[in-house]
Parts: sequence; C-alpha cells; structure tokens
Amino acid sequence: MNQDHQGLQCPMSTVSSAGVVDLAIGEGAKASRLFLDTFIHNRFKNQTLQRRDDAAMLNCEALELAFTTDSFVVEPYFFPGGDIGKLAVCGTVNDLCMVDAEPKWLSLGLILEEGFPLGDLSRILDSVEHWCRKAKVDVVCGDTKVVPKGKVDGIFINTSGIGRRVKTNVSSDSIVKENDVVLVSGPIGCHGMSVMAARNPGLVETDIESDCGLLLPLVQTLRNQDVPVKAMRDATRGGVAAVLHEWARQFDVSISVDEACVPVRADVRGLTELLGLDPLFVANEGTMVVVVDSIFATAAVEAMRSVSIGVGATRIGKVHAGRRNPVTVVRGLGKEIPLLEPTGAPLPRIC
Amino acid sequence: MKYVDEFRDRQRCQLLCERILKNATRRWTIMEVCGGQTHGLLKFGIEEALLERVQLLHGPGCPVCVTSKAAIDRAIAMSFIPDVVVVSFGDMLRVPGEKLSLLQAQTAGGQIHTVYSPLDAVKLAASHPNRKFVFFAVGFETTLPATAIAILQAESLGLTNFFVLMSHVRVAPAMEYILEMGTTHIDGFLAAGHVTTVTGISDCQELAENYKVPIVVTGFEPLDLLIGIERCVKLLEAHEHGVVNQYQRVVSDSGNIQAQAVIKDVFEVADQDWRGLGLVPGGGFRLKPLYQRFDSNKLCTDSELAIQNAYRDSARNFPENECRSGEVLTGSIKPKDCPLFGVQCTPQTPFGAPMVSSEGACAAYYHYTLFDSSGGPKNSSRSLS
Amino acid sequence: MCLAVPGEVVRWLQREVPFSEAEVRFGGILRKVNMLCVPEATVGEYVIVHAGIAISKIDAQAAAELLSQVSEMELDEWRRGAAE
Repeated sequence: MNQDHQGLQCPMSTVSSAGVVDLAIGEGAKASRLFLDTFIHNRFKNQTLQRRDDAAMLNCEALELAFTTDSFVVEPYFFPGGDIGKLAVCGTVNDLCMVDAEPKWLSLGLILEEGFPLGDLSRILDSVEHWCRKAKVDVVCGDTKVVPKGKVDGIFINTSGIGRRVKTNVSSDSIVKENDVVLVSGPIGCHGMSVMAARNPGLVETDIESDCGLLLPLVQTLRNQDVPVKAMRDATRGGVAAVLHEWARQFDVSISVDEACVPVRADVRGLTELLGLDPLFVANEGTMVVVVDSIFATAAVEAMRSVSIGVGATRIGKVHAGRRNPVTVVRGLGKEIPLLEPTGAPLPRIC
Repeated sequence: MKYVDEFRDRQRCQLLCERILKNATRRWTIMEVCGGQTHGLLKFGIEEALLERVQLLHGPGCPVCVTSKAAIDRAIAMSFIPDVVVVSFGDMLRVPGEKLSLLQAQTAGGQIHTVYSPLDAVKLAASHPNRKFVFFAVGFETTLPATAIAILQAESLGLTNFFVLMSHVRVAPAMEYILEMGTTHIDGFLAAGHVTTVTGISDCQELAENYKVPIVVTGFEPLDLLIGIERCVKLLEAHEHGVVNQYQRVVSDSGNIQAQAVIKDVFEVADQDWRGLGLVPGGGFRLKPLYQRFDSNKLCTDSELAIQNAYRDSARNFPENECRSGEVLTGSIKPKDCPLFGVQCTPQTPFGAPMVSSEGACAAYYHYTLFDSSGGPKNSSRSLS
Repeated sequence: MCLAVPGEVVRWLQREVPFSEAEVRFGGILRKVNMLCVPEATVGEYVIVHAGIAISKIDAQAAAELLSQVSEMELDEWRRGAAE
C-alpha cells in the first residue's frame, strides 16, 4: 500500500472504504489527484480541463464577453425536480442567458464537509455533467476544498460562467417605459415551495417540483422569432417581486401586476395559502420575467409557449411612469395595492 | 381552491362595494378585532373603497402584537439554556421583547425552531428525548384548542420534556375594555370569524346586549368581509343591535363543542398583561392545576433566567416609549395619524409591535396603503385593463 | 388571528383521541390534520384548518347561501352596466 510522506495510509483507499469525503482530498497531494481523476476528469472530458493547467486558456471571437458567478448552498441538496448540481449549472448559465450571451465555459468550485457521502457527491457531479451537456457548456477549471465536519452544510458549490455575445436581440435604445408589457415564462413559486417542503418533511405531503431548469431555449426562441426584448431576468431569491422592484429602480418606472393573471400551480397555491405566503415573493430557478413593447406582447407569449419550459408563459402586468409606489398588485376589488420590496425570507404565519 | 376562490370573486366584490356605498344613508364606524380581518380589509383594498360611508377601525386583534414583552424575553432567555429548544410560530419571530426578537436571539445562538402547529412541537419532543422543548403558546381562542390537544398528546405519550410558555389571549374582554373606555366612538363590530368558530357567539351576545351594539360574525375572504360590513350597516340603519352570524358555513352559534371541552379540560381563564393595553382582566389563560407540570415556569428558576438574560445587556432597548400602540390598538388613532408612521417607524425600523407583526394594523397600513407624492395615503381607482 | 384554510378530507388515518387525524388536501398538497374537534367529518367533506387542527366543517349549503347574497341576476345587470 502506498504511503505519503506523513506516514499515513493511502487516503484514497481510506476514502473509498469509508465511502465519505476525507480531509485529505482537499490537501493538494496524492489524495487530491486521485479524487480529481475519479470524480472530475472522468466526467468532464473537454480538452481544456484535461490539460490540468493552473488556468484555462479560452479562445473566442466575440463582440463582448459576459462573466458571472453564483454560489449554491441549498439545503437539502436533493429535492423534487433537481439537486444542488443542477442548480449550480442552470443558475449560472441562466444568468448568462439573461444578458443575451451564449454560455460557453464554467468553473466548478466545491467546498465539501468532511464525511460527506461520496455516493451523494457522485450523483451531484453526474447532474452537473448532464446539465453542462444540455447547456452545451464545458467545465474548464475548478477547485475542491474539504473542511472539517460542521464547518459547512454538506456541500457548497460555486460556479462562475463566461458567455459570448454573438448577436443580440436587445436593441440599443431598449429602455423600459410606460405601456410596456410584463410577461412571465411560467407558473411561479415552485422552487421555493419545493425546497421548503423538502426541508420540512412533516409539514406536508407533496411532490411540488422545483422549476429548476435552463432558460436558454426561451431566450433563443425569442431571438429566432425576432421578438425584441427590452429586459429579462430570472426570478430567483425574492421572487418576481424582487425583479419588478429592480426594474422600477433601474428604469425609473412603476410596474403593476394583476394577481388574477399570475400563474400559480395548484400545489404551490395550496402550500402558500396554508403558510400565509405570497407566491410573488417565493424563489424560482427556471422562470423568467420579460418586458416587451406592447405590440410584441402576443408574439412573445406565443414564442415562449412554443418551448416546453415556457408552456405556461403569460402576460402579468404593465409598466407605468414612475410613481411613489414602484410596484403594485391589482387584487380583491380590482384596485392597485402596493407590493413592497421583499426584505427577508418569507416566514410562514398562522395569523 | 374551493371555498376560497368563490369568495374572492372580483366582480361580486365590486358590486357589493357599490351596493354598500349606495344604501348607507350616513357614515358609520365599524371596528373589527382580528388581525386577519385587518390584513384582508387593507390587502384587498376594501377599507379604501368604502371610506365615504364606512370608517373601519382596527382593534387589538393581533395576538402577536399584544403578547407581553415579558413573555418574549422569557422565551429568549430559555432558548439559551443548554438543552432547551424554544418552538414558536413564525409570526412571533420578528417581534422584539425589551431589546431583542427571537430571530435576533437565534442569530446570537439561541435554540429556536419554527413550526406550523403545536402538534409538531410534540412530535419533536417525542423524537428528541434528551432535549427539552418549550412551545411558545400565543394566539386567541382559535389557536387555544391546538395547544390543548398538544398538551393532551404529550400527557398521553408520557413526555417529560414538553413544556408550554402560556401567552394565549381572549378576545371578548378586549372588546369590552374598548367599549368601556368609550373614548373611541364605535357604532358596530365585526366579530372574528375563526375565534367564534371555537367559542360560539355567547360572549358577543352579552356584549351586544350590554352595550347595545350590532356585532356581525364575519369571515376573512373579501366577499365575507364585505357581506359582514353590509349586514352591520343594515343593522345600524335599522337601529338594531345584537349578534348576526354571517359566516355560517364555518361558525355555528354554539361554537365547536369538542374544542370547548378540551380547552375547559386543560385551561382556566386568567388575567393577562396585553402589550400596549396593560392588564386585561380575564384576558388570558393559564394551565389548570392538573397540567401544571407542562408549564415552562417549572423548567428553570428566575435566577437561572437572570444568568441567561446577561447576554442581552449590550443590546439597545427597543424604542417603545415613543410608540402609540395603545391608541392604535384601541382604534383611537389610525396608524397614519402617528407622526412616526412610515417615516421613522417602518417594518425594518419599528418602534412598536403593531409595525413588526405582519398582522399588526401599522404594518398592514404600511404594506397596503398607497401613498401619493405628498406622503399621505390616496385613493386610486386605476385598474389594469 | 386566524389564518385558517379550507381543505378536503381525503382519508381518515386514525380515530383514537387525542391523536385522531385525517389526510386533508389543500389545493394540490396533502397534510395530516388533527380531527379531535371535528370527529364527524367524512371523506369528501371540507374542513377549516388552523395551526394543524380542524376547527370546523364547512357547510356547503351555507356557503351557497352566502354567495347568493349577490345574485346572478344582479351580477348580470352590473356587468351590463360596467360594459356600457
């Protein structure tokens, strides 16, 4: 049996016999190399990564490069409709799509808790590989660290992504203004409620699925159908409400939404009613909000509906000139009521 | 969702609004005493729509707002005792005691867990026998049976690690307190539909007779609220008083007998300190002697709590002496009449409980009232189409 | 204080007090609900649930009666008026 210079047994055999992540994996020595060979290089077989250089050299001809980063700490790391690996790819790839860039390359940074099951890690990395393939991106660099038990919740992932802007559908004078129409690509609140149910197994019985997925097909179809998009954003933490507030600030407008038009699935509805939550504040991971000129609203909805992730696309609101209340919702009696900016995680209530 | 969507039907609600405005011959003042109804009236734009003919006042109907600081501080202190976990509804988490809220205490290392039901707290206690679980029992009579059932379950399971920090409150004494005060002119009341589901209408009947006011038992969806208000206005126009039940799909006049039985089994009425109001005689509940062993007061001595309280000394006091919650809770002033409202006092920088709690009147006004450019609330009849 | 939500009784799980419970459906989700206060509820009936316990059955007849306080005829007339 091989021994490293500190006189310990071959860590790989220790790791594989125990079936869990060992501190040695993150130490940069033989155990790291063996771990990387088995878990990373066996999956991500692009030439750039296979070179095992300290940095990836990327070749591209582009008008502009888009660069983004995101970290993923979701708990539990497996949930109906996805897992932390799928999230890590889709989340970052979606951010690149939202600026109309073609996603090309990802970095994959892992922080693992000592004792993390290797079986779970394999599943998560399989998911990363699967979704990279679907998104047509390569993992070209990465890092793995292992921290002592209790210092991290199982697994944290960071992905940074680079995309290139080849052709854009966003015109140079696309300012969001009065009378523009706000659309959503599908039913809202699925991811947040899916994770909440998964995190609290006794709370309800449900298989609410996260909407976690790639928005790329939606962006591509809008581009291919020549629908000019003025603004688009994926509605992650803070939900649709957060996006609308960001836009109201960015473009100095106000936005109103009709509650009756906002699509919510029956199971998500049931859980939000039970807990006294508003779906407009709940996180999504595969749903985007789009602003178009009113003359393109119908075309935009039809284009999105032609793609499977967009079958539920629909109009939800309208842009107005700037007012004291940046975002409002039409409910109840048909009057506009302010929708305040989300300030923290929504807490379930019984009152 | 069945029994929800029909009662949110927009056209029916708009029609009803117009009907109320048309048929009232003068302006009436109606008070509700239920945070859920406060929330609904503002969230669905009903208060604003009826302004011309109905002045809606919001009483102390938010049990979270009226839970005493001492109770919150006790819960916080217990959360720092090594093998104790305080279990609470989400509603209570943001409301500060003397200095800190449960959420802030959690950040500082207090063991606090949120549940949707007290029965979930019992399950936790049953599956973690080497920790002690203290359920922070707040709420009106609507929630009281759930706490009672939790205690009966704990007893049945022979649990010795389940405790209750009692802070339940009773609605009727608060309504009487306000009527006795007489400073706020109130023509009629909406009675909290879910409280009466449990208690029945007898408490309200006594009040209606003694004070000669109409009290309409009302639900929570926009249509329920409007029908309740319309009925109350009709009674007022006809100079009638008494109790009318307009939430009959859920409330029977005698209330829920089984719920009343378990409540009577486990609890007895007690005087209670209401935050913002002071001592309300008969305004709360305590455990009956047979169930005293579940009282969290048994868990530790006051001196042990004093040691736990030490951590809080560095925190600033919650600036409550400038808060006019007492006047807001009794309907004497509206939140927007308070000079701090929306300016210095906001949900992020609250001066009192009614701005922190999601059901508090101040928070409801802050969230759901449109402000015009001059800073005051305005009416808006703009719709989307 | 009052967030109580209507749900349909799908299946009784056990009858023994104080643990009597049924599976109740809300929209698209299921939750176990304590039924001590509503032991007479049958499968298919609706109950109103607060903090994990059912506090009442929903009377379908009474619900219909309340809705009828705004009659269909009145609604039609109002819609016609609104359209003009």
